[in-house]
Amino acid sequence: MLRFTKKQRQTYEAELLKTTRSKSRFSDVMGRLAKSKLGMVGLAIVVVLVILVIFAPLFTKYDYAAQDYSNRFQYPSMQHIMGTDDYGRDIWARMLYGGRISLLVAVIAVAISMVSGIVLGAVTGYFGGKVDIIICRILDILMAIPALLLAIVISAALGTGVVNTALAVSIGTIPGAARIVRSTVMTIKDQEYVEAAKATGSNNARTIFVHILPNTLPTLIVDSTLRIGGCILGIFGLSFIGLGVQPPTPEWGSILNVGRQYIRTFWPMTVYPSLMIALVMFGFNLLGDGLRDALDPKLKN
Amino acid sequence: MARYILKRLLWIIPVMLGVLLIVFTISYLAPGDPVRTALGSGYTEERYLEKQIELGLDKPFWVQLWNYIVGIVTRFDFGKSYVTNISVSSEIMHRLPITIGIGLLGVILTMIIGIPFGMVSALKQYSIYDYSVTVLSLLCAAIPNFVAALLLILLFCVNLNWLPVTGLDTWKSWILPVISNSIAGVAVVTRMSRTSILEVVRQDYIRTARAKGIEERRVIRKHVLTNALIPIITVVGGQMCTIVAGSIIIETIFSIPGLGMYLYSGISNRDYPIINGCVLLIAFFVCVMNLLTDLAYAAVDPRIKAQYQTKKKKAVHLAENAPIGED
Repeated sequence: MLRFTKKQRQTYEAELLKTTRSKSRFSDVMGRLAKSKLGMVGLAIVVVLVILVIFAPLFTKYDYAAQDYSNRFQYPSMQHIMGTDDYGRDIWARMLYGGRISLLVAVIAVAISMVSGIVLGAVTGYFGGKVDIIICRILDILMAIPALLLAIVISAALGTGVVNTALAVSIGTIPGAARIVRSTVMTIKDQEYVEAAKATGSNNARTIFVHILPNTLPTLIVDSTLRIGGCILGIFGLSFIGLGVQPPTPEWGSILNVGRQYIRTFWPMTVYPSLMIALVMFGFNLLGDGLRDALDPKLKN
Repeated sequence: MARYILKRLLWIIPVMLGVLLIVFTISYLAPGDPVRTALGSGYTEERYLEKQIELGLDKPFWVQLWNYIVGIVTRFDFGKSYVTNISVSSEIMHRLPITIGIGLLGVILTMIIGIPFGMVSALKQYSIYDYSVTVLSLLCAAIPNFVAALLLILLFCVNLNWLPVTGLDTWKSWILPVISNSIAGVAVVTRMSRTSILEVVRQDYIRTARAKGIEERRVIRKHVLTNALIPIITVVGGQMCTIVAGSIIIETIFSIPGLGMYLYSGISNRDYPIINGCVLLIAFFVCVMNLLTDLAYAAVDPRIKAQYQTKKKKAVHLAENAPIGED
């Protein structure tokens, strides 16, 4: 009988450990993202903006709704770094608090699209057959309407406000999320460990929720991060044309829409919201590119 | 190939019916009373019922839906605006050319700027051109159309006073709407062209072509570009749809009397015949664009074309090109 010394056994175990994956797929992706310079710049921009917006009271002493008629249309100065608007409100404070609304709506929208994506994708991918065909055709139909247009129509019908806007923006993104989950579920469901689970008596619900869905999450989380940028753009667009979030609640799109009326006489109300919108889109684009490359290194040249 | 095109054209019908069902249901369930909108203030109960019957709104949902579909299919009739009482289809036909015009000019712009810049950037990789094009396109891709429009108005109309802000009176009025609606598209197409060309340039067949002594310009035109085109076509097709959808915002900013402005007026008045008509037309346009994109693949890539050929033709093709002396 073969016997190992303690030393031999340790080296053998160490050899074995090398052949198994020490890191999860998720940390793999994050590791690759950390190596992409542009991706990290994007992440930095997004993180800084999120911190500014969440801790808004720390970065401005003004109340976003405080009107001051003696100080209307002030150009940028030390007191008001972005000037004041048509009601004498500090534009920087309105941008910070307005960012909260945009971020909140975007997070709700992405959550809605993730949950619906998981349900639809799991059902279609796992069961296949007629259910799959019917749901996929419905998703195809939804995809024939441009996302912004769909958001505008739904928003016009539902009315304005945070939840309605989130719903309007999210519906256009559901087909994409559902497809991602569906394709991942389809690749996972035929693997041996799933068969083993079924053989030991796991029913459909347990197989889906315990064995399959946790493995689709990394892809879905990364994909949803990519989607937040698009959702935010949709929210800006809706508020800009007067749907979405309504004044006096500050929102970047609606601040810009008001600024548009004074474009000939008072530039700060147009320029600052524009630059902030471009900056946040820039951050999300860079982060998105970095994540996409990290998710699929083959695509990177 | 003809069978494939026919199949795809027929597939548009159920998609359009689905879109119609979605928008019609949304407008049916949406709050607000169209009859009251149509009558304005001050009407009698009788007048209300009369108008309701005239608009066909007294009938159940499925009858209304059926009448709407029949109206569109047989007479190209999308109903009348509740507010102005003008036929929606005549307004649409009147406005469509303007929106399509801006859209087409925008797509042409994305192609004639995007593809060459992407090409230069890829062929001179890591040069100063490459870096400046990459940085510029990253910046431009981050500018949404309405932000671009406002910043351009501020620069060219307010400060420099070179171009008009509203209307479509002279050729100059077209410049800003087209540019602001396609600026992000140009950036996206540039980046896609760069990536796609970089991938092709590294292939063995390009090295072979160069090794055979083919002139560099011919290598690029015949071997690199034709192979790099497919991802570029996908992006351009997608941009066309984005640009048409973006026309709603752009036309509102520049007060251009196109389809987007019409849809916007419909939305602000909750005038559902207008909303439904415009959305259906834009969805139809997107379907046709997707079809054209797929057909363009077949035009540039013989491998894809071969997939669509009928079995008989494929057999003939295989027999003609069968390798000799291998059996």
